[in-house]
Amino acid sequence: MLKRPHYIALGLVVLLTLLVLNLPSQTAARFRLGIGSLFLPLFGLAASTQQVTDAAGDAALPRRELLKRNDSLRRENEQLRLQALQAQETANENTRLRQLVGWQRQTPWKLKLAKVVLREPANWWRTVQIDLGSRDGLRVNLPVLTMDGLIGRISSVSFTRSQVVLVGDPNCKVSARVENEARDLGVIGASGPLDTEFVELGYLSRNANLKPAQNVTTSGEGGIFPKGIPIGKIVDVQNTEARVKLAANLSALEEVWVMFP
Amino acid sequence: MNWLNTAFVLGAAFLAVFWEAAFGGVRYLVGAQVDLLPPLMVYASLCTGMTTVASLAVCGGLWFDSLSANPLGVSILPLFVVGLAIHLKHELILRDQTFAQLVLGLGASAAAPLLTLLLLLSMGRNPMLGWGTLWQLVVLGAGGAVATPIWFHLFGWLQHTLVHHRAVESSFRPDREIRRGRG
Repeated sequence: MLKRPHYIALGLVVLLTLLVLNLPSQTAARFRLGIGSLFLPLFGLAASTQQVTDAAGDAALPRRELLKRNDSLRRENEQLRLQALQAQETANENTRLRQLVGWQRQTPWKLKLAKVVLREPANWWRTVQIDLGSRDGLRVNLPVLTMDGLIGRISSVSFTRSQVVLVGDPNCKVSARVENEARDLGVIGASGPLDTEFVELGYLSRNANLKPAQNVTTSGEGGIFPKGIPIGKIVDVQNTEARVKLAANLSALEEVWVMFP
Repeated sequence: MNWLNTAFVLGAAFLAVFWEAAFGGVRYLVGAQVDLLPPLMVYASLCTGMTTVASLAVCGGLWFDSLSANPLGVSILPLFVVGLAIHLKHELILRDQTFAQLVLGLGASAAAPLLTLLLLLSMGRNPMLGWGTLWQLVVLGAGGAVATPIWFHLFGWLQHTLVHHRAVESSFRPDREIRRGRG
């Protein structure tokens, strides 16, 4: 049976919960930021431990191995520079043609590298936190990607950290285009709680001619994600829905790129 | 030494929340992250008072939500309800028995996320749900069941090591000893 102290404690906790849940969004965000900043010393400690471990690993690597890696990176760098020259030439040509046709000039992507510092502790959301915040110019809804493809968008920003809501979370819908002849449009929605590799592509037209292995990219519609960012490949199709295997591995995110328009 | 025990419990909750957010290895192995707060609540509700239970629910819930995409404060009430339910029966529970700890840990670790999900759905939020959620609840329950006896052992050891124990007075006095034999 509940006694008087139990009733008092229950009443106080219910009152406090209602109070916190009904805070105005800005106050709640500040409150969240204040509570979250209590963990800053632990972030620092974890980062220092990681650095020490990395330094120990680097020191243990033999010189021969380092020289081999250096050589391989040098070759890769030369190849990439050649490709960049070629890409620059194509971009110049594209700009000239756009000017001739009278189309708007395409602006190149501006990217900023960020480190993933925390992952979502609850099992029913799919988010990560990165080590860039409003002091680095970040704001809500900026796209976030890896070299493989799109991973999500910024959902909230504090001074030193930001939360990224990942593709597959119910709060991250992406307008997508299938790279086939019809250039079919759809929307990337939520995935299952255990599916980190696959997402659903829905809202497709009935006449959509989708086949496995077709690439899916952002369509540029919706105003958040620019056109042409790779999302993944179609693996199977059912009526007006398709399953897409994500290009980026969401389970192994360490460093990500935040894209500025 | 009640305040020291409360401090231990809150310190452990703080570290547990950080561990859950910083190390996602368990999630990638079994598909769900184990929550260490419900097992801690089992310990708090069986071995401490109502103040510690309420403090753990409020602080643990707020810390958890501050690092999560949950609305701030949504985890407080489920944790407290679980703690209160166990605390009401704490005189009837054999808290030193590992089996009892396992069963309570299992129940609490499955009930707390379920209550949180119900609260989220009633608030109109749209969390990721599906058949996989059942597996996640199984993992959460099993993880919580294993974690509960570990918390009990850890706090038992901390109490034994750091808390001052009252010296038991003996009736033996050397000056009143009856010396036997001659001399």
